Amino acid sequence: MRQYEKTGILSIKDLQAPSKKQFEKGVAILECVQEIPCNPCVDSCPVHAISMKDINAPPVNDFEKCIGCTKCVGVCPGLAIFVIKIKANTAWITLPYEFVTVPKVGDVVQALDRIGKVRGKALVKKVVKYGKTMVVTIEVNSSLAMSIRNIKV
Amino acid sequence: MRIRAHPIIDFKKRKELPFYFQKKKIVGEEGDTIASALHAAGVRTLTTSLKYESPRGFFCGIGKCSSCLMRVNGVPNVRTCIAPLEEGIQVEMQEKLAELPDADFFGEPKKNIDVDVLIVGAGPAGLCAAIESAMQGVSVLIVDENQRVGGQLIKQTHKFFGSKQERAGTRGIDIAKELEDDLRKLESERKISVMTDATVIGCYESDKKYRFGVVERCDYKSVLYDVRCNAVILACGAMENMLLFLGNDLPGVYGAGAVQTLMNVYGVMPGKRVLMVGAGNVGLIVSYQLLQAGIVVDRIVEAAPSIGGYNVHAAKLRRCGVLIQTSHSIKEVCGEKKVEGAVLVRLDVNWKPIKDSEEYIKCDTICLAVGLTPSTRLLSQIGVHLDYIPEAGGYVAPHDESMQTSVKGVYVAGDASGIEEASTAMIEGKIAGLAAAIQLGGSRNKKLLAQYREELGQLRAGPFGEKPRIAKEKIAKLAEVRHASV
Repeated sequence: MRQYEKTGILSIKDLQAPSKKQFEKGVAILECVQEIPCNPCVDSCPVHAISMKDINAPPVNDFEKCIGCTKCVGVCPGLAIFVIKIKANTAWITLPYEFVTVPKVGDVVQALDRIGKVRGKALVKKVVKYGKTMVVTIEVNSSLAMSIRNIKV
Repeated sequence: MRIRAHPIIDFKKRKELPFYFQKKKIVGEEGDTIASALHAAGVRTLTTSLKYESPRGFFCGIGKCSSCLMRVNGVPNVRTCIAPLEEGIQVEMQEKLAELPDADFFGEPKKNIDVDVLIVGAGPAGLCAAIESAMQGVSVLIVDENQRVGGQLIKQTHKFFGSKQERAGTRGIDIAKELEDDLRKLESERKISVMTDATVIGCYESDKKYRFGVVERCDYKSVLYDVRCNAVILACGAMENMLLFLGNDLPGVYGAGAVQTLMNVYGVMPGKRVLMVGAGNVGLIVSYQLLQAGIVVDRIVEAAPSIGGYNVHAAKLRRCGVLIQTSHSIKEVCGEKKVEGAVLVRLDVNWKPIKDSEEYIKCDTICLAVGLTPSTRLLSQIGVHLDYIPEAGGYVAPHDESMQTSVKGVYVAGDASGIEEASTAMIEGKIAGLAAAIQLGGSRNKKLLAQYREELGQLRAGPFGEKPRIAKEKIAKLAEVRHASV
């Protein structure tokens, strides 16, 4: 049994790892590792970077093709896609958000990791509405780029 | 307490409807059921145990169990969890077995309906079956017990998985709307008749056609219809399972689906602090929706050593700080008249409680998400063969790949034919609807039938489809035997 099947928490080792250069342009991290019958992310990708062997296979992102456009973030039914962009000491994380209190651009919110622990503050840079899902981009220290996955407004 | 702010659902303030509970005035809202209005006013105890003095609340919330029977305007045994609230009604608790009232049960004489296909249940499977049959040109009557059509889709606020054909990425509540629009269009063209607030009570003797009794509720009384049809599709859904532990009948111990109905359909908070039992997809999804409604989820306990639902659902909860404890279960509920807490216990590799591992937690609501059982009582009454298939959730009707049971012209679809997902229920509904139309000479489109079967196979191909795949393989094998013997 894999650890995440017991805890529900993915580790970075379970995920595809982009290169430094790929992080610099911004890429989508697909935190969807199980074989589940679902493929809207494949259809949503304008550059056909996301692919799947069949509908049950986990999606794979071609980081070379990925342009970090964030379209897949609001589409994913599992709310499991995050776009990460890193430049020097700053990281921008784009994440899906479906709670009542919607943050505004310029707000400082709490940055939470994969177990909901507050790891610091985040500055809200962008909020885009995708249906009822908010696609929020926050700015954090680059050391937290692969840890922060939620916000508390 | 009402939910006024919600990220997905727009809960508008609705018209107030005053009514009486035990002679005391309470104000509900238009669109409420009697039970949801009572719950919003803080009334959780609806009845008492027939055997003991213990108080009881509702459990299933969708008219499947008898945990919410009350007397309304003198009419006993009204299922208050699905009975619509009306202004000025008198709602009373019954004393044990209800007294037979001096009332006119069948207010109006029976009416006759003649139709090609009768569909029982207007959930995802039933709606798709009705639409498919009607599009092939056969006449359809669809009957559902609830005020609204859509079955359990009307409370699914999350986006569905699957592929484009199954409307992946669309929320269940929006799929319900799309299906209802299609249904109403066919209704306006007189291709489908729709009866809500109505129950198919049984199959009766008939020379040629199938004959069913259908009871439509009106002012908490009943109007009887005599329905004749050439084929029937049973898409009656399923009921949530109960779990054995001390205090499991205390008001506040609900099915997870019941809580989902209460908050997402009626906008009523089930409680303030919830313990979820079961980490399958239902337990995980409902837990997240509780958070979205502003309710605290203390934790999720799961008896199995691993999380049964999708990791993406579990991950959403974990990053909100909700703990998921595998190899843990509930031992007992604490509280006299209502839930005040629970004792949890750790389980060993053989699922046996570990001594001295008990932990007390505070909560006012306990949700059970421990599986579902197919609703097959009507199938059984018709005389359809049923077999026990654990992977399907219990007794189910062996059916062929057209969803036809051992009785010619009797079809099943959706959870009633084995527990699975809404996406597969919709395809099964299409298959049953099309197959019935072909059987009645309304269509010859066997190619489309093959395409639907192909889609169904794809959805079941992954590891999460293993259980239904095994169930359906067993069902197919049994169907060969059963059908050959007819």
